[in-house]
Amino acid sequence: MSEKVLMKGNEALAEAAMRAGCRYFFGYPITPQTELAAYMSKHMPKRDGVYLQAESEVAAINMVYGAASCGVRAMTSSSSPGVSLKTEGISYLAGADLPAVIINVQRGGPGLGSIQPSQADYWQATRAMGHGDFFLPVFAPSTVQEAADLVYEAFDVADRYRTPVVILADGMLGQMMEPVVLPPERDLADLPAKPWATSGTHGERAHNVTNSLCLDARELYEQNVERFERYAVIEREEVRAEEYLTEDADIVVVAFGAAARIARSAVNDARAAGIKAGLVRPITLWPFPAQAVRGCNAKAYLAVEMNMGQMVEDVRLAVEGAAPVAFFGRAGGVIPRPDEVLEQIAALAEGIGE
Amino acid sequence: MAQDMQAVLAGFGGQGTLFAGKVIAYAGLIEDRHVSWFPSYGPEMRGGTANCSVTLSDAPIGSPLVTEPDAVIAMNQPSYDRFVLEAKPGAVVVFDSDLVVPADARDDVRRVGIPAAKLAQDAEMGKLANVVLLGKLWAEARFCERATLDEAIRKCVPPSKAHLVEMNKQALEIGMGA
Repeated sequence: MSEKVLMKGNEALAEAAMRAGCRYFFGYPITPQTELAAYMSKHMPKRDGVYLQAESEVAAINMVYGAASCGVRAMTSSSSPGVSLKTEGISYLAGADLPAVIINVQRGGPGLGSIQPSQADYWQATRAMGHGDFFLPVFAPSTVQEAADLVYEAFDVADRYRTPVVILADGMLGQMMEPVVLPPERDLADLPAKPWATSGTHGERAHNVTNSLCLDARELYEQNVERFERYAVIEREEVRAEEYLTEDADIVVVAFGAAARIARSAVNDARAAGIKAGLVRPITLWPFPAQAVRGCNAKAYLAVEMNMGQMVEDVRLAVEGAAPVAFFGRAGGVIPRPDEVLEQIAALAEGIGE
Repeated sequence: MAQDMQAVLAGFGGQGTLFAGKVIAYAGLIEDRHVSWFPSYGPEMRGGTANCSVTLSDAPIGSPLVTEPDAVIAMNQPSYDRFVLEAKPGAVVVFDSDLVVPADARDDVRRVGIPAAKLAQDAEMGKLANVVLLGKLWAEARFCERATLDEAIRKCVPPSKAHLVEMNKQALEIGMGA
């Protein structure tokens, strides 16, 4: 087994991506993501890979498009305002059915916002990573270990379904150090074959084309339908959540990423105070683990997020009115405290006790 | 096994509080505990104050941001003034007594002031006041085994500066004996 090392989340994301076989990174510095690009710039050349600091985020995502078309494992990373700039290119990736990994180490918004941790890009990641009819798998790690594990897997998921995949992290996860056991180095020769790639015909086959332009309405409609059939498989096969003390829980907190760490502390404190609280932590934000949430049959739910209330809408859709769904959040880069969450849990407990 | 510890290490940028925090985190890693290290990374780092939160625990760690420390290292006055107020009752607050005047009214924290910068200078290790203070914090809080601390120093000093390992270990000793 690999040695346990202490790493920043940003560095672990970069190292695990390279171990997954990523040899093409195109980025642009932005706090709180910069260590990821810096780590790539130092280590990618040692693996004979390409690290390129583009002239802008728009250029970087289009370089990812080009590299992905050639069938290699490519990725980019940024933080919220930079990810907004990439969305046009991400829509093109989705439209051309190209696998790639995009990391968002979120900061407070909107606009240039702050540089402190935030989860305010939930809606963007799960609903609108660009124009047009498309979804993409969104993974939300909550520890440095999970950040490494999920980015490692993200490349496989991207290849399997020919889709861009987003890792939705945040400034807390990016900046903090935790012990991590890194995944093994993938042998590039063992990566899945990509017969559709535009990597040269060698005079042996017809040209491959990767393109998101389709001027025939009927044909584009059929492309959309086919893509949504793939999405249905992803929703069935890839949805993931962690459940913690939910079995007998009256009150279930739903939280992802950094907020889930705080929520978990609050759930422990609530249990210590005699309140039957539990936690559902979505690991995939799309597809959203609606079954895991609804299946708790809690008397009340509490969504805890580092934003003004975004995932709470998915929780309400999952619960379908079967129980009240409350929200608690801090935005702009303010990190909620466990005692604040506990207060909300206690208030809900009092409400259902009546 | 040592008790859980939630520490804040604070000072001016360049005083080495992040490094000292990293040594504590590595000590936890070496002893196979749950560990988190979280820096302040705002614009305040550019010439202003810098701090980091370090947690050592036997259970998974929730928020890596320490809001009620039970151990504090303060290397300047603003850091002392802020974190002595946030400290848990019973917390140990270690500070450089030449740079900090403890003017707070807390009677439920343990204040430990040593002239760390001067001690480091006298021993011709001018920049290692941070490690001197870390040695003192260890003497007060015993957050890991003694031998672990030296090993953590070895892990944290980059290979390019390996010749500084011994000096760092001496700085720990000076702090422990102060």
